[in-house]
Amino acid sequence: MKRDKDVYARLFLSTFKLSACTFGGGYVIIPLMRKRFVEDLHWIDEQEMLNLTAIAQSSPGPIAVNASILVGYQVAGAAGALLTVLGTVLPPLVIISIVSLFYQAFRDNAIANMALAGMLCGVAAVVLDVVVNMARSVFRQKRLLPLLIMAASFVALRFFSVNILLIILACALIGAADTWVRGRKGAGT
Amino acid sequence: MIFLELFWSFFQIGLFSIGGGYAAMPLIQNQVVDIHPWLSMAQFADIMAIAEMTPGPIAINAATFVGIRVAGLAGAVVATVGCVVPSCGIVMALAYVYHRFRGLSVVQGILAAMRPAMVAMIGSAGLSLLIMAVYGQRNLPDDPLSFDGVAVAIFLAAFFVLRRWKPNPIWVMAGSGALGVILYAIL
Repeated sequence: MKRDKDVYARLFLSTFKLSACTFGGGYVIIPLMRKRFVEDLHWIDEQEMLNLTAIAQSSPGPIAVNASILVGYQVAGAAGALLTVLGTVLPPLVIISIVSLFYQAFRDNAIANMALAGMLCGVAAVVLDVVVNMARSVFRQKRLLPLLIMAASFVALRFFSVNILLIILACALIGAADTWVRGRKGAGT
Repeated sequence: MIFLELFWSFFQIGLFSIGGGYAAMPLIQNQVVDIHPWLSMAQFADIMAIAEMTPGPIAINAATFVGIRVAGLAGAVVATVGCVVPSCGIVMALAYVYHRFRGLSVVQGILAAMRPAMVAMIGSAGLSLLIMAVYGQRNLPDDPLSFDGVAVAIFLAAFFVLRRWKPNPIWVMAGSGALGVILYAIL
């Protein structure tokens, strides 16, 4: 029992610390989780961690939250998952609550305004940099369908303000149909 | 009921953002700027800048910030819980399914078809942020030449540095902020 408590405490503290110190979201926290749980604690083996990463990245929700659920569940079941989610969510909850207290004063300050205006340009650059990398990987597939989906989604969003959820659902249907058609082709030959 | 609305909005954000923080961004904008009058586009852009500078997932940061503004600390907790609940259910179920049917080509096909749409979504959101940074408003103005030269210069510099040296985005953000203070103070 003492050992169990110890595992729970370490699960919570590990994810709390990782979340409190990780800037930049899921793609940064996953390598750090791997280091903590695979290399330091030996609670999860390398292969398992790769599988968990794949699930975390392809599931809805923040990647950091998904990964912590998977790790917690793997190590200590549902209770473990609950603890790791808490550990991951609490630091940003506290930090942003504090930031929002000062937001108004911060917003009215001339220098802070200049810094925010500059940072906004930085955010746009960071986001578009990610977009360039992702678009490149779509082009590299050398298939027409993904390119069509990308172009059509962009036009639908940008010029017709189509609801994003509709686009995602449509893509899910297209993906399922595509798999089915390709499966039949594969079975036929 | 404001708590229910907060919960439901962030529940949808958590449910439909696949692929991390940048994918959540356009959904957050959709929910808190377009559908609900909770934030202006300028405030939303501020949140994105703040979320990049503080630890934690962007969606959680946004949930906390919007929740606090709309309904205090309880609102922040409700929005954050709403954001996390879909993950808890789906990820646990998926982990179970995954261990049973690892290959599952239909699932892979669906995800493969969603990915290009994600790229388009994030691209569109990035464009909105750029327009906001350069023109100070949400949509392209009638006169496309009325841009803010300082903002364009900072954006181009940041973009170049990112492409060329691939630094941690946090340094690019900090650098852009510092450049903003210096350039706007001088000009």
